[in-house]
Amino acid sequence: MGEVIEVRNLHKRYGETVAVDGVSFQVQEGEIFGILGRNGAGKTTTVECVEGLRAADEGEISVLGLDPISDRAELTQALGVQLQESQLLDRLKVAEALDLYSSFYRDPADWRELLDVLGLTDKAGTQFRKLSGGQKQRLSIALALVGNPRVAVLDELTTGLDPQARRDTWELIESVRDRGVTIVLVSHFMEEAERLCDRVALIDKGKVVAIDAPASLAERAETEQRIQFRPSVPFEDSLLTSLPSVSGLTRRADVVVVTGNSDALLEVITTLSAHEIKPRQLRVDQGNLEDAFLELTGRHAEAQVAGR
Amino acid sequence: MTATSAAPAGPTVTTRRRSPLAQLARAELTLFLREKVGPIWGVGFPLLLLVIFGAIPSFRKVLPGTGGLTVLDSYLPILVVISLALLCLISLPLTIVNYRERGVLRRLRTTPAGPMRVLGAQLIVNFGMAIVTLVVLEVVARLAYGVAFPAQPGGWLITVVFASAALLGLGLFVAAVGPSARASAAIGNLVFYPMMFFGGLWLPIPEMPTLLQHIAHATPLGAAWEAFQQAAVGHWPPVLALVTMAAWALVFGAAAVRFFRWE
Repeated sequence: MGEVIEVRNLHKRYGETVAVDGVSFQVQEGEIFGILGRNGAGKTTTVECVEGLRAADEGEISVLGLDPISDRAELTQALGVQLQESQLLDRLKVAEALDLYSSFYRDPADWRELLDVLGLTDKAGTQFRKLSGGQKQRLSIALALVGNPRVAVLDELTTGLDPQARRDTWELIESVRDRGVTIVLVSHFMEEAERLCDRVALIDKGKVVAIDAPASLAERAETEQRIQFRPSVPFEDSLLTSLPSVSGLTRRADVVVVTGNSDALLEVITTLSAHEIKPRQLRVDQGNLEDAFLELTGRHAEAQVAGR
Repeated sequence: MTATSAAPAGPTVTTRRRSPLAQLARAELTLFLREKVGPIWGVGFPLLLLVIFGAIPSFRKVLPGTGGLTVLDSYLPILVVISLALLCLISLPLTIVNYRERGVLRRLRTTPAGPMRVLGAQLIVNFGMAIVTLVVLEVVARLAYGVAFPAQPGGWLITVVFASAALLGLGLFVAAVGPSARASAAIGNLVFYPMMFFGGLWLPIPEMPTLLQHIAHATPLGAAWEAFQQAAVGHWPPVLALVTMAAWALVFGAAAVRFFRWE
């Protein structure tokens, strides 16, 4: 396992605005590495520097031992890229686009097989403008892979996709990794990172706040449990708030939400049953990557990510 | 790559590596024809003008003192020049700016092909379309209205090359400085109509006041018109006209390269 991408102390400013402020990370061969953060956190600028689309103000970047700017021609052969919001030619057909892009590379993949893997075979003769959002996204992934890259950078891969298309895309990414391609996934969507990534870098305001496996990050965040239920019989708040493990209780209509530490669930259930109150529609939420992210970045506002 | 890689393994026939530029040009041509706007404007509009002018009886009159040339004969070089200008100043910048706005150029920057080849492919396709248009015009004029083919075909061909270079350079420059598709269309038109005037569309250059004649000869369309005119009656294009066109090509081509933005 070697390092495929190494970024050291990357800085990038646009005029007065500091977009990336000392970002460092390494991506290992064969992993799916997530770069997570809010919109405007500096994720896209970071990967654009890795792709060689932008020159860093400061810092060093090495991709497969190449410099993204000075070894650009060589890098494009080995680095597949999916850009956020970049369009294809409207009237180019799916097969034509893949055939065209494959002619750019020394050792292209068999694009017919890619079409098959991506479930686009029956769309081969369809013009780009007539594809659905999910199909466009899949074509865009296919184009990122048609050069048989060793590394693929995918930016906001599933934004704008419906849940089914999103899940299909996730499976696809896993199968791409199984083919030996190292993947850098840029996302603001925590569930995606939790599901796919071996390791993630959380970026906030141009800085890396943490790099770790998603599960370790979630653990590290030490978040509280949230217990939610509909009581069969009304009861006083003090019944539960007096418990040592419970830190809070709120009510929304007839739903009660109790927060507390890891002992809370047992104590709450025991107390309720002692008073012959049944907790109906009981739901318990553990801390997840999103909580970890919020805790690590210390900002709770504007955090509700779409699509949950 | 693992064994499940999509790379052709084993004794595959090594296909000759296709040239990305040629593939891009082929794709651009396909799109150009599929888009329909380019062909209709580029080829159709000058052809329509030819048909209209050809239908006007006074255009069939022989001009005095020209040795038998009709008005239409003298108008054909103007139409030829207009067709070139339409393709290079309107159609080309619009396509390129549209590619830039939609992120097509940006996406291609991440491939080994690079956006330079895309521009190259655009130039090839537009130049090819220009040749086709001009040949169609000459042939239709010959068959339908008896306008003679250029008496100096070599000079005509040289002029096509120089005029295309000058106008493509100018068109690229419009694409380079236009911030949006809309602005580029506006700039293209702003360049196009005065150019048309100096190309003699409304008032033939020899009938212009002396000062305007001088200006006209310094513009690419004026220079191109003069060279085509000379080729039509059997002369080689004047060196000054060729130099003028070459200068436009170089200055604006270089400026386009200097100011071009990929995104």
